Amino acid sequence: MKKDKKQSLKLNRRDLLIGSASLGATAIASRSVFAKEVSSKNLPPNIPEWTGELGDGVDANPYGMPSKFEENVVRRNVEWLTASSQSSVNFTPIQDLEGIVTPNGLCFERHHGGVSIIDPKDYRLMINGLVDREMIFTLDDLKRFPQTNKFYFLECAANGGMEWKGSQLNGCQYTFGMVHNVQYTGVKLSDLVKETGLKPKAKWVLAEGSDSSGMTRSIPIEKLLDDCMIAWAMNGEALRSEQGYPARLVVPGWEGNMWVKWLRRLEFGDMPYMTREETSKYTDLLPEGKARMFTWVMDAKSVVTSPSPEKPILNKGVHQLRGLAWSGRGKISRVDVSLDGGKNWKTAKLHDPVMSKSLARFTFPFEWNGEELLIQSRAIDETNYVQPTIQELQKIRGVNSIYHNNSIATWLVNSDGKVDNVRLG
Amino acid sequence: MFDLVRYSISFSFLIFLSSFVNAEERKFNLGKIATKTEIAGWNIDVRPDGMGAPKGSGDAIKGEEIYAEQCAACHGDFGEGVDRWPELVGGEGTLDTHDPVKTTGSYWPYASTMYDYIYRAMPFGVAQSLTHDETYHIVAYLLYMNEIIEEDFVLSEKNIGKIKMPNQKGFLLPDPRPDIANTNGKPCMKNCEVPTKIIGKARDIDVTPEEEKS
Repeated sequence: MKKDKKQSLKLNRRDLLIGSASLGATAIASRSVFAKEVSSKNLPPNIPEWTGELGDGVDANPYGMPSKFEENVVRRNVEWLTASSQSSVNFTPIQDLEGIVTPNGLCFERHHGGVSIIDPKDYRLMINGLVDREMIFTLDDLKRFPQTNKFYFLECAANGGMEWKGSQLNGCQYTFGMVHNVQYTGVKLSDLVKETGLKPKAKWVLAEGSDSSGMTRSIPIEKLLDDCMIAWAMNGEALRSEQGYPARLVVPGWEGNMWVKWLRRLEFGDMPYMTREETSKYTDLLPEGKARMFTWVMDAKSVVTSPSPEKPILNKGVHQLRGLAWSGRGKISRVDVSLDGGKNWKTAKLHDPVMSKSLARFTFPFEWNGEELLIQSRAIDETNYVQPTIQELQKIRGVNSIYHNNSIATWLVNSDGKVDNVRLG
Repeated sequence: MFDLVRYSISFSFLIFLSSFVNAEERKFNLGKIATKTEIAGWNIDVRPDGMGAPKGSGDAIKGEEIYAEQCAACHGDFGEGVDRWPELVGGEGTLDTHDPVKTTGSYWPYASTMYDYIYRAMPFGVAQSLTHDETYHIVAYLLYMNEIIEEDFVLSEKNIGKIKMPNQKGFLLPDPRPDIANTNGKPCMKNCEVPTKIIGKARDIDVTPEEEKS
């Protein structure tokens, strides 16, 4: 199955090369299918072949899948990054998506001990430590609490982490794809703790997963009671197993590692627990050898998803530049776009809805006549934070911090329409 | 006598009142009270001050044997790491260089975290299968290999919260962000002075997975 998809990707790449060589209307038509198969038999004035036959009935696909012509729209991973696929990451194909909702099956995955498969009957959430009543809840119990429905982005703190020293991966997916955005359904922690009560000394909570890595993170109680929730659904259906089925923690605007999946326990305490994930990982090493700790918020960021290395320009003339912007500090207030490497900027159109701590969609019309472009986007959030250049970040943080690279990326559009991830300096 | 009656009446009233208040506090009457046994089975975390450390002990000598059996296949006989599996030993003096090596010895601020993580997540794929003594032995071996304790030091629940790790003071709090120049939401829009020379291309690095390498 996987091999087939890779095969079809190769075909597509060849297809692109053919397309960009001839930059004509037929190149566009051939883009999603193998060039040799393109013929005019289904085009006007002919009757398309699917018109002359019946299609599948309603019993053919109890759970629908995308069209077979969209089989390139898949999560991808970088094998050399990690020692094992069970403790690894893959990337959302954001270059192929529209709007702001990430389809459940395309949300990037990051596991530390593989995907746990849990029968909801066996699910229990334990709450212990500095509470009035140490308690256990079933999934059904959780679903009987007052419910909340919210869109939030989830971004891995290491999104773009390979790009600190220079442009390394030639793809929008590989450099920005550790982000997704879905609507969560769940119970707010501020409601749940009404049942357990909290001791006055409770200042921190340890969130613990039941997966093979026993994922744990400490979260300050102010954040927990502000907007955190335990979610059992995403985009209207139950969580996918790879996203923590049957229940996960949602920590809006903060780094994805804290959104503990397969959540089994919350322990309230009076100090942070200093777990492996918040000491040896997810700390940001600075040039002088000291590391920042507890850098939770995801700063404002944006990316042009098309054109991008996976989305070359196939025709001269008018195009709609498309992109995504988000901020862990609130709403995106503006996105600017540059076609000349950051010398001159114009403000893009932000599309409704623009929600706090959610992806926002922007577009920008432009005309291309075969000249080289250096495309950038720059997000500004409601706190007036402006997305920085990589030089601004490097000046303060050096190049070894791995995490929290929210800098502006540059896509070079070559004269043949192909697009490269480049570093300016 | 009168006082006693009054006392007992008000006492029972208080009990009534407190149970009433409790019912009010448990607003939804959902879930059940966890038993001590249930909590003990899942409450496995160990904090820097040693809270949560289970009774048990271990030393580097026995730790070496257990490590060789349970850990060395991925982490190497001396904690040097095999393939892309993490190094556990060494790396001191590298954190401020171009190639920092972050190990338990050079980077981890607390020995409690080693215990907590090894017990909850290791060996990879057989999580929570080590005994508490085995875990203390392995942690002692790693501390010894990193020259933090002596070979015959007996690590236990009584002293794991007191081990001083070399990089304990290597972490900065609180988060100073936003740490970039504040432009108050009004960045340069025209003729900005920025570098626009291409100094690197991902295509030239050539590490992007296959479909880029046609």
